[in-house]
Amino acid sequence: MNAGMFLTHMPRKVQLALAVVALAGLPFMVSAGLGNTWLRVLDFALLYVMLALGLNIVVGFAGLLDLGYIAFYAVGAYVYALLASPQFGLHWPVWAILPVGALAACGFGVVLGAPTLRLRGDYLAIVTLGFGEIVRIFMNNLNAPVNITNGPKGIASIDPIQIGGHVLSQPLEIFGVTVPALVLTYYFFLALALLVMLAGLRLQDSRIGRAWAAIREDEMAAKACGINTRNVKLLAFAMGASFGGLAGGLFASFQEFVSPESFSLMESIMVLCMVVLGGMGHIPGVILGALVLTVLPEAFRHGAGPVQQAVFGQVLVDPENLRMLLFGIALVAVMLYRPSGLWPDPRHRQEFNAR
Amino acid sequence: MTALPLLEARNIGKRFGGVRALQDVSLTIRRGEIYGLIGPNGAGKTTFFNVLTGLYPRDEGEVIFAGAPLPLGEPYRVAQAGIARTFQNIRLFANMSARENVMVGCHARSKVGVAGAVLRSRAQREEEAAIRRRADELLAYVGISARAGDLAKNLSYGDQRRLEIARALATEPQLLALDEPAAGMNATETGALRALIARLRDDGFTVLLIEHDIKLVMGLCDRIAVLDYGRKIADDVPAEVQRNPHVIEAYLGVVHE
Repeated sequence: MNAGMFLTHMPRKVQLALAVVALAGLPFMVSAGLGNTWLRVLDFALLYVMLALGLNIVVGFAGLLDLGYIAFYAVGAYVYALLASPQFGLHWPVWAILPVGALAACGFGVVLGAPTLRLRGDYLAIVTLGFGEIVRIFMNNLNAPVNITNGPKGIASIDPIQIGGHVLSQPLEIFGVTVPALVLTYYFFLALALLVMLAGLRLQDSRIGRAWAAIREDEMAAKACGINTRNVKLLAFAMGASFGGLAGGLFASFQEFVSPESFSLMESIMVLCMVVLGGMGHIPGVILGALVLTVLPEAFRHGAGPVQQAVFGQVLVDPENLRMLLFGIALVAVMLYRPSGLWPDPRHRQEFNAR
Repeated sequence: MTALPLLEARNIGKRFGGVRALQDVSLTIRRGEIYGLIGPNGAGKTTFFNVLTGLYPRDEGEVIFAGAPLPLGEPYRVAQAGIARTFQNIRLFANMSARENVMVGCHARSKVGVAGAVLRSRAQREEEAAIRRRADELLAYVGISARAGDLAKNLSYGDQRRLEIARALATEPQLLALDEPAAGMNATETGALRALIARLRDDGFTVLLIEHDIKLVMGLCDRIAVLDYGRKIADDVPAEVQRNPHVIEAYLGVVHE
């Protein structure tokens, strides 16, 4: 019996307990073994997990190609920034802003969805791409005549998240143990990412999720089954956007700074890559995709320089350039050898077990 | 038969550019009967079907269904109003299981939304269980229970046809419209299909059947309408339709001296 079989044959409760211990201990191990830079990367990875899970609803579940998803992230981030910074002198508590940000993003999702629902495939992709850019350019230019977003300078000194009187960017002392700020952030993000994951799983396995899948498979047949495809597609946009907005709010509070350049087209494509690379429509795959695509580029960034130094005695290629090159090669390789993603939906096995 | 009309199509017309695909087609389907719609290739059968089910907007005429005008141009509202259809070239949700395909059919007759789904409310769990039960019943009804967990695309051709009928039945239709259900079937499969459609009538369903297989239509239908070049040329019981000179002409042509 190998290790994998040993794990899969344990009782569910034991598996769950192991997962909790592993997830809880992970930041300490990362911090001790790799340092705080990597702890930060881990926190970011969780944000991308939420983003990818949100986009997965639109792209993976409903089959609507959205290239402007980062716009919802931007909306969430800016809502947080405006409601909790010196910009307008507002300092709302986090439990109030995050839902507002998610709702605002949801509204934007509907605004984008409503006029574009007649479009499919490439055409939808182009319109959503335009929408993503429009939102970014708006953020860039809404500093005149009335200064709302501070334009390209961005909004700084955003309030960090505060829970129960404790500011998340400060270390916390519990029973004589000091828990670093980045670890606290990790726990908070992890909790929300798990909630997003749970929501995604439950939606997928529901009447709504089946309607999304039906539209993805054959829209005309879905209509013939009495599904109001327009509303159901709008719902996919709205749900995906809300999760994006939530992640955006967390991003703003974590960085304590937002500017339009964080929300470029490249970011949209990055999140889409996570979904596609991981395995469209399969939540564990999408999470894996998000983790891999956040961690790998960082590894290249930090590893490429020292490795060259050791092998050639000097740094021949700028690690920053090499990073994108290797990233591209990795993507091409995955598309060649695992075209349905790193961890696609094991439909057949799942159906077999369900019987 | 004194049954009430379930569907009354009045003077339906449909053009594609300069082509008049349907002209002044009127027909009445009574509750509980199997109504056949036949005609040579290109006669407008499928066009009529698509106009009826809202896939194409109709240019002229109206449809009264179960006492109310049928909504225009929105297939999902036609389905919700109680007309379910199958497609000539089977359109299943290929990468979903047979059971899930039928469960999708239950969509219009269930209502729990996002909040219920995310919170797994009691109402949601009960509705979900009911949908699943219903789907399994329907799969058993059409005789493919054993394939419930298989992906639709992995079913045999005959089973796919059956699955499509089960999915249509899941919408709880008053009228079941079948577009060439026997197309591409072998003799055994056609025989089984005939038994299934006959059972549908016995169980009180009203069926509109478009079919090329004349033997199947003549054997099954209570009444038959014949379309030719977009016009209705006959509308009667099978025996009369078979004798109708216009029908014979449309199918076989006329002998010119």
